[in-house]
Amino acid sequence: MPAHPAIRLERVSKRYGDAAPTLADLSLDVPARTFLAVVGASGSGKTTLLRLVNRLSDPSEGAVEIDGENVRNVAPHVLRRRIGYVFQEVGLFPHMTIAENIAVTPRLLGWSRPDITARVAELLDLVRLPADYAERYPKALSGGERQRVGVARALAARPAIMLMDEPFAALDPLTREALGADYRALHDELALTTVMITHDMLEALFLAHRIAVLDGGRIVADEPPGALLAHEHPYVRRLLEAPRNHAARLETLLGGERAS
Amino acid sequence: MSDPRIREAMALLPDYLSQHVLIAMTALALGVLVSLPLAVLSLRRPVLRSALLGATSTVQTIPGLALLALFYPLLLALAGLSERLLGFGFSALGFLPALLALTLYSMLPVVRNTITGIEGVAPAILEAARGVGMSRRQSLLMVELPLALPVIMAGIRTASAWVIGTATLSTPIGQTSLGNYIFTGLQTQNWVFVLFGCVCAAALALVVDRLLTLVEQGLAERRRSRLVGGAVGLATLVAIALAPSFAAPARPGYVVGAKTFSEQYILAALIERRLAARGLPASRRDGLGSAVVFKALAEGDIDVYVDYSGTLWANQMGQRSVKPRAEVLAEVAQWVADRHGVRLIGGLGFENAYGLAMKAERAEALGIRTIADLARHAPTLTIAGDYEFFGRPEWAALEQAYGLAFRSRRQMQAEFMYTAAAAGEVDVISAFTSDGRIARHKLRVLADPRQALPPYDAILLVSPKRTGDAALLAALRPLVGAIDVERMRRANLKASTGETPATVARWLDGQLGR
Repeated sequence: MPAHPAIRLERVSKRYGDAAPTLADLSLDVPARTFLAVVGASGSGKTTLLRLVNRLSDPSEGAVEIDGENVRNVAPHVLRRRIGYVFQEVGLFPHMTIAENIAVTPRLLGWSRPDITARVAELLDLVRLPADYAERYPKALSGGERQRVGVARALAARPAIMLMDEPFAALDPLTREALGADYRALHDELALTTVMITHDMLEALFLAHRIAVLDGGRIVADEPPGALLAHEHPYVRRLLEAPRNHAARLETLLGGERAS
Repeated sequence: MSDPRIREAMALLPDYLSQHVLIAMTALALGVLVSLPLAVLSLRRPVLRSALLGATSTVQTIPGLALLALFYPLLLALAGLSERLLGFGFSALGFLPALLALTLYSMLPVVRNTITGIEGVAPAILEAARGVGMSRRQSLLMVELPLALPVIMAGIRTASAWVIGTATLSTPIGQTSLGNYIFTGLQTQNWVFVLFGCVCAAALALVVDRLLTLVEQGLAERRRSRLVGGAVGLATLVAIALAPSFAAPARPGYVVGAKTFSEQYILAALIERRLAARGLPASRRDGLGSAVVFKALAEGDIDVYVDYSGTLWANQMGQRSVKPRAEVLAEVAQWVADRHGVRLIGGLGFENAYGLAMKAERAEALGIRTIADLARHAPTLTIAGDYEFFGRPEWAALEQAYGLAFRSRRQMQAEFMYTAAAAGEVDVISAFTSDGRIARHKLRVLADPRQALPPYDAILLVSPKRTGDAALLAALRPLVGAIDVERMRRANLKASTGETPATVARWLDGQLGR
């Protein structure tokens, strides 16, 4: 058992100007190999929380630690090379081929050319894309394929931690589910620590080990899926109402079909 | 190709084109080298950004000709300063002022498009660049600049078109360019030359644009063949431009200057012939601005040229009074020697004075023989002058001496004044007494009984560093007193009907004794 959690947020606050704090005195530990989903309404501070971890933003107060080390001690761009980052818009570089997009962090780290080539092939396979996609440009790919490249790019330098900001939100439901399942398999296979932001409660329930519910800059619940379903907090209950209702209606529909 | 003017234009092409390419491409390269870093530096500095855009936009509002002309006195002052402080000066005429002015001129599109292009990169791409661990610098070099490339290249292409076009205006500050065709052609009514200059400049602009497009495509699509093709094309262009400059190293011979009108071109060509006949190598700097040419001589940028006593009397010496011809000549000779070390060899034998001219039959009908007669009719008449005329002390003297008050006044290109007067579009024009078109258009030069107009003897001037040059002086002396006004008028008339200055100079040379 390692002495430190993979990610620790220690009483962090984040304020922009005089407005109410986006994050207020928030503490959170994410042990290694955990898949943590963060849910909450827009403006609840989930994206801010995620961006504190790889220093796309720094907290107004409090500390962020990775493997016990304060991230302030590492230059932001150096820190980010060891943390995978995937977000909804993907942000593939349109002037680079798929192979070059995937290879970008290893290149920044100065890997040798043969190592990079081998790694790109490995990753294309890992995210289930055909090998001949390597020489294509992003505009030739579908949305789902692009996000697979996004995941491959984030994994390229073998990070231990993956940060994902609504990675599958812009995809159609079938693609979203396939990608979610594939990513969860990768998480286990590669022994990753993942923090994924989602507004899709079902996605959170199915993929994560733990779900943190954020409301007004505070964590109001932090439970495994089963325990969350029984949680008493009114906001959490409301969040779970929709999936429950959907499940019940679906049940009715399916029952009706069977009866006829 | 049978037209002799085309043949002459073709013969001048290697020199004009290579100089044009050299000045334009150097200015463009320098402009890009300065603009790109400045634009990048200004990206996150709003104060610098608006200062940069403001300054480059302001430069753009200055007419190209004025911008080019402004650099001559500026550099002259700098050259003087460096001479005193560092012990060496540099030529303030020609290449350097043209280069600096054109470089400034090229900056706006490059700066603006670089800023626009980089700021136009999608936020998601920038977020990804940070997310994968790029430093600010890596993000700029690996992502932002490559993505902004098409916009930046569009700016560079705009700049190249502007610079190649504006470079034609560097002729009056002594930089040979394709503009020499245009300026000479306008002065001598040689429309073949004007057209030739315009077509060459346009063709050059198109070729450079096409080569830049190739470079852009090569960079963007990473097609090495195109990148190499474009780069090799541009390099070849510059190499061709440099070749004649190296072949004729730094023009060791005498430099004969000329102002921007055909009489000057003819006389410069004549002097060049006379020097060549004695085995003295000579080249010409045609089309120098009237304000520039004397300074250029005093500084030794040119060695010899023809000016007019009254011009120096009024413009350089600041004299308002009018004195008899011989006195003016003597005082001018004294003054140029004392103040600038310039040697006045002597008068050529004719005057090119300012005068007022009217269509002869109209003057007859109104009973106008003198400017005093004209004054009585002036309130019902229109006068046209060249660009200088109404700003000159001669005009002030005329107004004062005769109480001239015209109904309206217009400024026009000297070449068009005579036809305008002949056609009755204007009633009175400022004319030059040696102009061949006075007779051709049946104009009458009005007498000046009150001697308000100073004399304008054509005089040979030699730069301070050549005053002891016996070979040069021996070649020039036979020209003193050799050209009467009738011959000069005929020569000017030939030039104004499309004969080239070189041809006319040959004819004039044949008319003169040795």
